[in-house]
Amino acid sequence: MGSIKHVTDTDFDQAVLQNDKPVLVDFWAEWCGPCRMIAPVLEEIAGTQDKLDIVKLNVDENPQTAATYRITSIPALNVFAGGHVVKQIIGARPKAALLRELEDYTA
Amino acid sequence: MSRIPSNPYERHQVTEVRNVIIIGSGPAGYTAAIYAALARLHPLVIEGSVTWGGALMTTTEVENYPGFRDGIMGPALMEEMRAQAERFGAEFVTDDAEWVDLTGAVKIVRDASGREHRARSVILAMGSRYRELGLANEKRLSGHGVSWCATCDGFFFRDQDIAVVGGGDSAMEEATFLTRFARKVYVIHRRDELRASKVMQERAFANGTIEFVWNTEVVDIHGEDKVSGLTLRNTLTGEQSTLAVSALFVAIGHDPRSELVAHQVRRDEEGYVLVDQPSTRTDVAGVFAAGDLVDHTYRQAVTAAGTGCQAALDAERYLAAVDDAGALSEPAVALAATTDSY
Repeated sequence: MGSIKHVTDTDFDQAVLQNDKPVLVDFWAEWCGPCRMIAPVLEEIAGTQDKLDIVKLNVDENPQTAATYRITSIPALNVFAGGHVVKQIIGARPKAALLRELEDYTA
Repeated sequence: MSRIPSNPYERHQVTEVRNVIIIGSGPAGYTAAIYAALARLHPLVIEGSVTWGGALMTTTEVENYPGFRDGIMGPALMEEMRAQAERFGAEFVTDDAEWVDLTGAVKIVRDASGREHRARSVILAMGSRYRELGLANEKRLSGHGVSWCATCDGFFFRDQDIAVVGGGDSAMEEATFLTRFARKVYVIHRRDELRASKVMQERAFANGTIEFVWNTEVVDIHGEDKVSGLTLRNTLTGEQSTLAVSALFVAIGHDPRSELVAHQVRRDEEGYVLVDQPSTRTDVAGVFAAGDLVDHTYRQAVTAAGTGCQAALDAERYLAAVDDAGALSEPAVALAATTDSY
């Protein structure tokens, strides 16, 4: 159960790829309106379950990781498990749809 | 806890009957909320789980909203409007309206968590959503070079050649904005003149990074896992050509988000909710509509805010008429509420 931590190019490997739990990485930026719009939903999911870690990565400040995962549209939510991307959700979705899509990792 | 907990309100009926529920949270919805709150109607705003703030959340500088001589960022303007409504006592449900029953004297709005909210009047302000080209590869490459949000995605196409399709204000705004990043921005438009306002046109024409491709439509988008180019067709000659670009930004207009009320209030063929102008009354007593959900002509933040204000005043007047009518029958109430007394 936790609030959302920020990860960077430097600690991405350790915080995400080496994580024992599945991790949802929210690729976002200050200038992205829809990123702000989904932020409260992600906070809520982070606060109500502990199976899926949720972290944020600022693409402006961490271009390397964004390029590695070929992010060309944000918000982009990548779920990593065992160091690999197992799911990608691009663009803002209604909360109910987001919960449904993430059910495999949160339930 | 091992799963997202079932919502404590699930299938729960919120029994309190409010004066007014506002569905939507752009300039129309929040302005209606400000006025309704000031009228002490204690409005509830169903603002959407991820749509709060509406269309302005994906814009940058808003230069035409009165009161901000240096312009204001779209998201900042919406945060201000929301905070202003909150200050006067509006309440918010950050969830999506999923089902409504607008027919009775007490209207019911169910949100996506299964909560039922009740009110004596409803203001519809769900706005519009961007239009898609309807091409086979558009969805597949969406998020991989096909985008509807230049402010979100332009950043990823630094020093690349990209295209914008459309000829209105939003197409010009996106194209001009994208020149901050791109090496070249092609604006593809199916006619030989723009719909955009003169100042936006002038700005785009003066920008050396923008090249216009007139009388042309996009017929296909190429690319395996990201956009690599487009097939274009000249609308006069029918001649086809290809254009190598790594992104396509679509800005060809909007459609009203009126599915929620499709069979309950009267709409035109395009789905816009019909109101009894100059009021905001729909054909259902106690139901009002404002903003882009109604307006296919002006579509400005300030006109949406203006009709949001009207809707709140109309709702206030309707509620007063209902209260005056007291024990009268429902048709009499409806009649009273349609009498103009401005």
